[in-house]
Amino acid sequence: MAKEKAVKGVKTPFNKVYLKRYWQLYALLFLPLLYLIIFKYLPMWYVMIAFKKYSIVQSIWEMPWAKNHGFEYFIKAFKSNDFIRALKNTITLNLKDLIFGFPVPIIFALILNELRLKRFKKTVQTITYMPHFLSWVIIYGLALQLFAPSTGFVNLLINKLGFESVPFLNNSSTWVKTYIGLGIWQSFGWNSIIYLAAIAGVSPELYEAASVDGAGRFQKMWHITLPGIKPTIVVLLIMALGNIIGSGFDRPFAMQNKLVMDAAEVLATYVYKVGIKGLQFSLTTAVGLFQSLVNVIFLLGANFLSRKLGERGIW
Amino acid sequence: MEENRMIHSTKSRIGDWGFVILCVIVAIMCLLPMFNLLARSLSSTEYLIKHEVYLLPKGLNFEAYKTVLKDPKYLRSFFWTAFLTGVCTILSLTMTTLCAYPLIFEKLKGRHFINILITITMFFNAGTIPNYLLMQKLHLLDNPLVLIVPGCLSVYNMIIMRSFFYGIPDSLRESAEIDGASFFKILWVIYVPLSKPVMATLALFYAVGRWNGYYDALMYMKDKKYYPLQLLIYNILNNINSVEVATQEGFSTPGLSDSLKAATVMFSTIPILCIYPFLQKYFIHGVTLGAVKE
Repeated sequence: MAKEKAVKGVKTPFNKVYLKRYWQLYALLFLPLLYLIIFKYLPMWYVMIAFKKYSIVQSIWEMPWAKNHGFEYFIKAFKSNDFIRALKNTITLNLKDLIFGFPVPIIFALILNELRLKRFKKTVQTITYMPHFLSWVIIYGLALQLFAPSTGFVNLLINKLGFESVPFLNNSSTWVKTYIGLGIWQSFGWNSIIYLAAIAGVSPELYEAASVDGAGRFQKMWHITLPGIKPTIVVLLIMALGNIIGSGFDRPFAMQNKLVMDAAEVLATYVYKVGIKGLQFSLTTAVGLFQSLVNVIFLLGANFLSRKLGERGIW
Repeated sequence: MEENRMIHSTKSRIGDWGFVILCVIVAIMCLLPMFNLLARSLSSTEYLIKHEVYLLPKGLNFEAYKTVLKDPKYLRSFFWTAFLTGVCTILSLTMTTLCAYPLIFEKLKGRHFINILITITMFFNAGTIPNYLLMQKLHLLDNPLVLIVPGCLSVYNMIIMRSFFYGIPDSLRESAEIDGASFFKILWVIYVPLSKPVMATLALFYAVGRWNGYYDALMYMKDKKYYPLQLLIYNILNNINSVEVATQEGFSTPGLSDSLKAATVMFSTIPILCIYPFLQKYFIHGVTLGAVKE
């Protein structure tokens, strides 16, 4: 420990001697840094076309600035019904994911924590982690079979009970429920891992003391376990809030069909259709930039708020 | 203490059973779609149409699987995706190690700057179109390399590996340094052999990511020859370009087509389902490491 401090205290100059000793570390970093610069930072340069009139034949420098001080495409986006619809859907789906999906892994971790048989617990874990390893295309394939209107398992059961078949995937409002439900199905087991680890870190002495005081199972959960894992919950909540208008592409795109576009078109798929397929590059770059900026603002805002409330932020 | 336990035992035992039953139900809900799929893929058409297939196959037959396994397009895509997955996993693990290892040295000049450079990429993404234009510029559109190179380093996974490296005692590294070992050698002789658990975890993450991914192919790849499995299945599920299948089976019998789809989906998940349970103890640790903030 003392030696560490001594080394830290002395500032070694960045010179030939230093490089002769440490050049290998820079050599190792060369490829990863090159990768980051090319594939993560170079695209940021292309963000400029959000403010320019895109043309295939010109370089970014040569392209003329867009009207309205470069903000033409942002204005155009906000005047477009399709964009507003996608924005609304993105927020709605994310909020519903948050409200219905966020508590599930926490509750599941609390339940798992009560299991005493190690073998059984491990088996339950293995099974509930499985959906996380399936792609959204596969999950959609599963859903198509399970929810098929006349022959699917779920609708067969519903029919047997004397009810009409439910159009799980072909009607906007039921589609949203299916979308949220499948999201929970896919991720609750996996997301419980992190809470389980947090629960394992809660001091056993607290539980013993509570037992002596005669606290029951649920009292212990409420007064010891939940406060114990609160920092973890807050961090994950911040991350989720930071992604409130972001969205993965795979899940909505795989689950969309023509009948439910009213509810299913989100920003990511809108950008794909209008941008990549429709070649409106400037407009969709503007949309992407708007999305990134709002995400950063939400993340910083949530982090700031949680620190204000006396919680640890994510940094 | 002992007496206390006796008093509470009946009540808490009932509680225990309550949680066990709850977990059994949850586990069944997770498996149900898979069983349903399996049943449908193994059932014959008439029973599917007659609404008689629940969770057990009726009219057991393997026709659907035979059809899938005879389809050259499917097989080609399956093996191409397997190949891609192998290459991507090895390349990504290498890149991740190369990035994570130097960053644990406090003496590395510019370490702070590099860390910031890396963190920014986690929070700000240029977006779909700028990425697309970059691929165009780099001549990667319709190039099979586009399915390998752009995703070859995940910053999240790099952070997991770096956290693991931090957990390896500095003294090991320092004594090797004093003995005159080069940094390459320390990496190869000390860090890589000690990092098998995290390597296994990240290999799983990268492999699953590639096996399940279709976004990049959808965006950047028009050549159907190089379609990864998921994109092919997407097209099959949505009846895009599945003319051969449709005419072969006939539109009037959606049942067989359904079991064919089921078999396609089932067969594509088997590789993953066979691997992940064996890596459970590793990836649980890996996920937990990722949550540790520096």
